[in-house]
Amino acid sequence: MDSVRYDGERRGHRVPIALKILIAGGFGAGKTTLVSALSEVRPLQTEEILTGAGIDTDDISGVETKSTTTVAMDFGRITINDDLQLYLFGTPGQDRFWFLWDELAFGALGAVVLADTRRLADCFPSIDYFEQRGIPFVVGVNCFDDSRRFSLEAVRKALDLDPDVPMVLCDARDRQSGKTVLISLVEHVARQRGEPVPTA
Amino acid sequence: MRTDLPGPRHEWLDDDAGPVVRPYTLTGGRVHPSSDGFDLVAYVTAKPDPDLAAYPELHPEHRLLVELAGRGTPVVELAADLDLAVGVVRVLLGDLLSRGLVAVHQPPRATYLPDNDILKAVVDGLRAL
Repeated sequence: MDSVRYDGERRGHRVPIALKILIAGGFGAGKTTLVSALSEVRPLQTEEILTGAGIDTDDISGVETKSTTTVAMDFGRITINDDLQLYLFGTPGQDRFWFLWDELAFGALGAVVLADTRRLADCFPSIDYFEQRGIPFVVGVNCFDDSRRFSLEAVRKALDLDPDVPMVLCDARDRQSGKTVLISLVEHVARQRGEPVPTA
Repeated sequence: MRTDLPGPRHEWLDDDAGPVVRPYTLTGGRVHPSSDGFDLVAYVTAKPDPDLAAYPELHPEHRLLVELAGRGTPVVELAADLDLAVGVVRVLLGDLLSRGLVAVHQPPRATYLPDNDILKAVVDGLRAL
């Protein structure tokens, strides 16, 4: 049958594996900037639909009377090789869109939480979210030009981070810097699985 | 404009939310696909040389999806390409799946994370970029 689901069988050509990585952090922390810096294509955008009332309905009449709106999702792509692609999803910045996080986080490899030292508290909800769900994450401390440089240890203390959560200073506008953050995330995921990736 | 909407302001509607739309018109009001499992990064592949003329009930958007899916495109890219909300695209893909016009290739699950070889390939690939 042609409608079979993926079971490792590949007909004629290979279908790549796509891995999801979330880019989280408070409003203005540089999420979209980081996705743009890393994506091989200009960041793409799609929308997910929000409905005011419960979304568990297949009833047409229900849909007609509901106020419906959408929330934008920014994402970018990095092709590792023919078989492997990374998809970077910027998370919606507002708490009321948490339900969308669940969809984004489902099956995700891990997350980058961008911290802005001028508004450190803004990234607390993201850290809580990933901690509670056991999703591996690293904290990227985005170095804005006009922000005071803090020591990573001071930021770690302020965020009350577990000692094994990696922290990386980064510049969200810079591709190389963003790559370093992603590498630290993937290495962290591997370490958590007890199979550290050898450092090259 | 949203601010000119009649009636009481809805809590979801403001400048941070998108425009008010009737996104499910295209799906005849259906908000759930006929089958689950269209993950955002699930790859959709079209059946080779599909006979779309045999399905007059399909919308132009269905046909575009078959065309775009081609040799394999993730759900989220199809939605971006078609400029339709992901929820709508999932319903349309369900229609195509039930007609055997597309196949869906699920990504690995979190509980079944990629093996170390894959993680190593990701790190090596990122270093090489």
